Amino acid sequence: MFSYCSDPDLLSGLTWLSCYLTTGKHMLFYQSFFVVLLLLAITAPAALAFGFGGAMAARSRIAPLSWLGKLYISAVRGVPDIAFFLFFVIALDQGFEYLRHQVICPDWTDPIRQGNDFVVCDAAKLPLNSAPQWQHEIYGFFTAILTYAIVFGAFAANVLFGAMRAVPKAQLETAEAYGMSRKQTFWRVLVPQMWIYALPGLSNLWMVLIKATPLLFLLGIEDIVYWARELGATKQARFSDYPHGDWRLWYFLALLVFYLAFTRLSEIVLDRLTQRLSKGQAFAGGVA
Amino acid sequence: MSCWQTVQDYALRSIGYGERQLPKTDFTLCEHFTLIGSGLIWNVYFGILALLIGFFIANAIAAGKAYGPRWLRKLCDWFILIFRGSPLFIQFFLAYFIFLRLKQVGILPFLTAAQAGALLVLILNTAAYSAQIFYGALMSVPKGDVEAASAYGFTGWNRFRRIVWPTTLRLAWPAYTNEAIFLFHATTLVFFSGFPAWQQRGDALYYASYFADKTFNPFVPYPILAFYFILLTLVIIGLFGLVNRRLNRHLPGATPKLRYRPQLIR
Repeated sequence: MFSYCSDPDLLSGLTWLSCYLTTGKHMLFYQSFFVVLLLLAITAPAALAFGFGGAMAARSRIAPLSWLGKLYISAVRGVPDIAFFLFFVIALDQGFEYLRHQVICPDWTDPIRQGNDFVVCDAAKLPLNSAPQWQHEIYGFFTAILTYAIVFGAFAANVLFGAMRAVPKAQLETAEAYGMSRKQTFWRVLVPQMWIYALPGLSNLWMVLIKATPLLFLLGIEDIVYWARELGATKQARFSDYPHGDWRLWYFLALLVFYLAFTRLSEIVLDRLTQRLSKGQAFAGGVA
Repeated sequence: MSCWQTVQDYALRSIGYGERQLPKTDFTLCEHFTLIGSGLIWNVYFGILALLIGFFIANAIAAGKAYGPRWLRKLCDWFILIFRGSPLFIQFFLAYFIFLRLKQVGILPFLTAAQAGALLVLILNTAAYSAQIFYGALMSVPKGDVEAASAYGFTGWNRFRRIVWPTTLRLAWPAYTNEAIFLFHATTLVFFSGFPAWQQRGDALYYASYFADKTFNPFVPYPILAFYFILLTLVIIGLFGLVNRRLNRHLPGATPKLRYRPQLIR
């Protein structure tokens, strides 16, 4: 990156370090931090939407829909979340390909599961075999986001379901007495009031979500954990301009500090937000 | 091969007894159930030991944070902050590389093995989460209880052991049950985070993902894993419910039933 970096063998001390930390691979490492932030930025609203849907379904008066919602809420909670991550990332991929296969190649007669293989016609592959590398990466990231949204949507549904029940009954009865329909009561009275009850649970969920981001590594995304392992591993002088020993310890220490700072910052912001939203409420902040 | 034969071969595979070779082709449902169940031994091992040892450390830290001198309080705060503020996944990785370093200079070489090193991380991790729970409970022990104890002449350690601590446990128990469940779930991370599964002796998720990789069919092994974990969760709730009943036995009226209302705390 710097002009004096052209011959790393001659460098030493801080100049060596400054060159080492600005190699192309390190730039990819720094980029992967933004991948994590991007994941959080997309997943949080998506999970909230899933959660809202789940909570609405669980409250539904139609029994099967209500069962479905409650099953969604409880199933994800009883089982370790990484099991779901590992499951969904393959299951979603196969699901998409199966659907495309049914639509694109309807006259295909071979079975799709042949022994240990999952075979769909070439045109149904996602992404297509001929697609450029970036499309594969985007698709991988997309399935990862969907996986996170499904799993954390269940967490969020649990929180929102509780919050909806925490809104005082008198409020809903008043709304009914004023002649509002069920739908109107829901959207105009219940939903605006439930957020303050949901906030402690949702802040907690945000923290859990932050701490779940390193699991991206298990879904095959080149995230910060991937690069920390990659860059930290021992480099021989034969293969690298910047040989060094096993530095994974330091790279993971850096990740630890990153996460500590991030969760601490989130905690402070969320505390402020809770205080702000509790203003004028009839309870002393954060009771739900 | 009959299913009973499979059970004999693989039921203790994860701790090194029985058949060395894992099945390679033509996986039967029986093999799925047996091997994943065999892996569950490790989850239970990590979970129970971490919970037992972590419980004592957590109580010490909670008391230190509540009553200790300033420096001790700061120390406990930092301990809790570091272990609660960072992902367990990263903690595993970091700890593994630290243990590797230590091994190179000949200190505590056994810690690079999952059954010791990962257990240590899990103990510290659950200690931090539980300490926060116990500290919260310690702070919400009714003032009247403490004053009544003083009026009866209880002081110092005696008051803590006989009055404050039992009430703390009683108040903290529902949240602690939750933490126990999450801890058992967290044990599935061990073999995905640096710690090697020596001779393919892994935990339940390790075998489940082995099957999923080999058959490319996630719809069989993961539901089986889910089945085992739901069973495990029910057992935990049952056992903790018994303790809860004992803790609340002096209270008039029905004991508040321990319901599984998963509040997120991790």
